[in-house]
Amino acid sequence: MTARRPGLWLYAVLVAMAVVYIFPFLIDVATSFKTEPEAAANPISLVPQTFTTAAYEQLFGGDAFPTWFKNSVVVTLFVTAGRVFFDSLAGYALARIHFRGRALMFAILVAIMAVPNVVLLIPKFLVINQLGIYNSYAGLIVPLLVDAAGIFIMKNFFESIPVSVEEQARIDGAGTFRLFWSVVLPMARPALVTIVILSFQGSWNELSHFIVAANDPELTNLTKGVASLASNQLGQGTKYPLKLAAAAVMTIPVAIVFLVFQKRIMNTSSGAVKG
Amino acid sequence: MTTASIRRGQNRDGWLFVAPAMLLLAVFLAFPVLMALWVSVSDWRGVGSPFSGDVGFVGTDNYANILTGGSLQQRDFGTAMRNNVYYVLLVVPIQTAVALGLAVLVHTKALKGRGFFRTAFYFPSVTSAVAITVLWLFLFNSTGAVNAMLGWVGIDGPNWFGDARGIIHTALGAVGVDAPAALTDHRALGITWWEWLAGPSFAMSAFILLAVFTTSGTFMLLFIAALNNVGDEVEEAGMVDGANAWQRFWHLTLPMLRPTLFTVLTLGLIGTWQVFDQIYTGTQGGPAKTTLTPAYLSFQTSFNSQRWGEGAAIAFILFAIIVVLTLLQRWALREKS
Repeated sequence: MTARRPGLWLYAVLVAMAVVYIFPFLIDVATSFKTEPEAAANPISLVPQTFTTAAYEQLFGGDAFPTWFKNSVVVTLFVTAGRVFFDSLAGYALARIHFRGRALMFAILVAIMAVPNVVLLIPKFLVINQLGIYNSYAGLIVPLLVDAAGIFIMKNFFESIPVSVEEQARIDGAGTFRLFWSVVLPMARPALVTIVILSFQGSWNELSHFIVAANDPELTNLTKGVASLASNQLGQGTKYPLKLAAAAVMTIPVAIVFLVFQKRIMNTSSGAVKG
Repeated sequence: MTTASIRRGQNRDGWLFVAPAMLLLAVFLAFPVLMALWVSVSDWRGVGSPFSGDVGFVGTDNYANILTGGSLQQRDFGTAMRNNVYYVLLVVPIQTAVALGLAVLVHTKALKGRGFFRTAFYFPSVTSAVAITVLWLFLFNSTGAVNAMLGWVGIDGPNWFGDARGIIHTALGAVGVDAPAALTDHRALGITWWEWLAGPSFAMSAFILLAVFTTSGTFMLLFIAALNNVGDEVEEAGMVDGANAWQRFWHLTLPMLRPTLFTVLTLGLIGTWQVFDQIYTGTQGGPAKTTLTPAYLSFQTSFNSQRWGEGAAIAFILFAIIVVLTLLQRWALREKS
C-alpha cells in the first residue's frame, strides 16, 4: 500500500462514507415528493411511487411559509450587508490605523469571541427588550450586524496587503476613509466574499437569536417556523413529506451558495477558525 | 503636516472606524452578559426592567436552588448535566476520530475524486441544524429508514426519539443486571447514582449521531489544512526508515497534528456543551427529560417558567464549565509537549 497508488479498499471506504453523508439528503428530497402513506410505508426508497408536489403546494399555498421565507431573505440580506461594511471598517482600523486604544479594542474583541453563544440567550432578550426593539425587524437584524470573527478575518487580510499601495494615494491627499473605500477595499475582494458567505450561511441558519428577539408570527423566519412545524404545532399527523419539503427548501439556498463558492468555502473556513 | 497632527488624525479615524462595530458588540454582547449576571443574583420575574427599584438582590439563592436542596429544579439540572456529560463524552472523541480519519483518507495522494469526497463530507456542516433535525426525526422514527436498515441484519430497532431507556441500562438489563440498592440510595445533584450511570437514552444517542454527522466535515477541513502543512518530507523519511503506514501515522504524523488536535478538541468541548437548536427543534427535552441539556433548560426556565434568575444562573454555571474545561485541556496538552 504505497502513498502513490490508492488501493481499491480506500475507494470502497470513501464511497461508503460518502453514501452515509449524502444519502440522508437524497431521502429528504425524495420523501418530499411522496404521499404521506408512502413516506411512512417506504422510508428508504429514492423514487416515489406516486410522484406528487402536494407538500410544496401546501407550503407555498399557505400564508405562513412564504412569510417565513421572506423574513429569512430580508434578515439575511441586511445582516450580510452590515457585516461586510462594519467588519471591514473595524478590521481595517485594527490592521492599519495606529490609534491610541487599538490594543485594548483588540483584546476586547478576543474576549468577546470567547463568550459562548448560549450564555447570551437570556441577556440578549433583556437588552432587546430594554431597547424597545423586541418584535421588530430591528431586533432581528441589528444585534447580528457585526460579528467578531468577521472583523478578525478582515484584519488578517488587510495585514497581508502591502502598505505601499496606500502611500501613493496618501501623497495625493486622500483621507483615511477614501483610502479604505477606494484603494484597499477593492483589493480585499477574496476576504469580502468570505464574509458574505459566512454571514449568509450564519444568518440564514440562525435559530436561537430569532427565538429570543420576537414572538410575532409575522416576524417568524424559516428556522423558527420549520422548528415549530417539526414539533407538530400545526395540526395532527406526522406530515413527513411536508416537513421534509420545508427542510429541503431551507437547504436549497445554502446548497447553491456552497456549490458555487465551494473552493473558497473549503479553504476559508479552516482559516477562519485558526483566526 | 506635522507628526502630531497625523497622530491626532489617526486617533480620530481609528476610533471612527471601530466605533460602530465595537458599539454594537458592546450593546448586544458585553453589556447583556453583565445584565444577566445581575439577573442571576436577583429576584426579577420578567416584568419591567431588571434595574427597577422593586427588583431585589438575593445573593446566591438562584444558584443554591439549582445546585442543592433536592427540589425539582435541582433534579432537572442534575438530569440535564448527566445528559450533556454523556453527549460530550461520546460526541467529542467520535467526531474528532471521524474527522481525522476522513482527512487522512481524503489526503491520500493521487486519489481520484478528492474534491467530490470533501464536498460530500462537508455538506452537512453548512446546512442548518433545524433542517437536519427534521430529517433526523424522519430517519430515526420507529418505522423509519434507520430501523428498516437495522431490520436487514435482524435487529429490532427502538423508537429512537421516543425511547427514554439509557443504553447502558438496556445493555445491563439484557444480561440480567438490575439496580443495586447501593446505587439507588445515593444521590448527586438530585438524581441517583444509578440514574447517572444509565448512559445516554436512545433519544440522546440519535442526537449524538446527528452531531457527529454535522460537525465531522468542519473538523476534517482543519485536519486537512494541518496535513498539508506537515508536508511530504516527514512521511518520506519514515518510509526510508522502513516504518509501515500505521507506524508513520502514529509516530510521525499524529504528533505534528497536536496543535490542530487541540483546536478541534477545544471547539468540540465548547460546542457540545451548548447543544440547543437540535433539542428545541426535535424533542424539547423529552422523552422523560433524557434529552434535556443545561442550555435548553436555561432557556426553558427563563422563557417558559419565567424563573429568570435561575435560568441566568444555569447559563453562568454552563459558562464556568466551558471555561474550566477549556483551561484544563490547555494545561493537560501543554504538559506533555
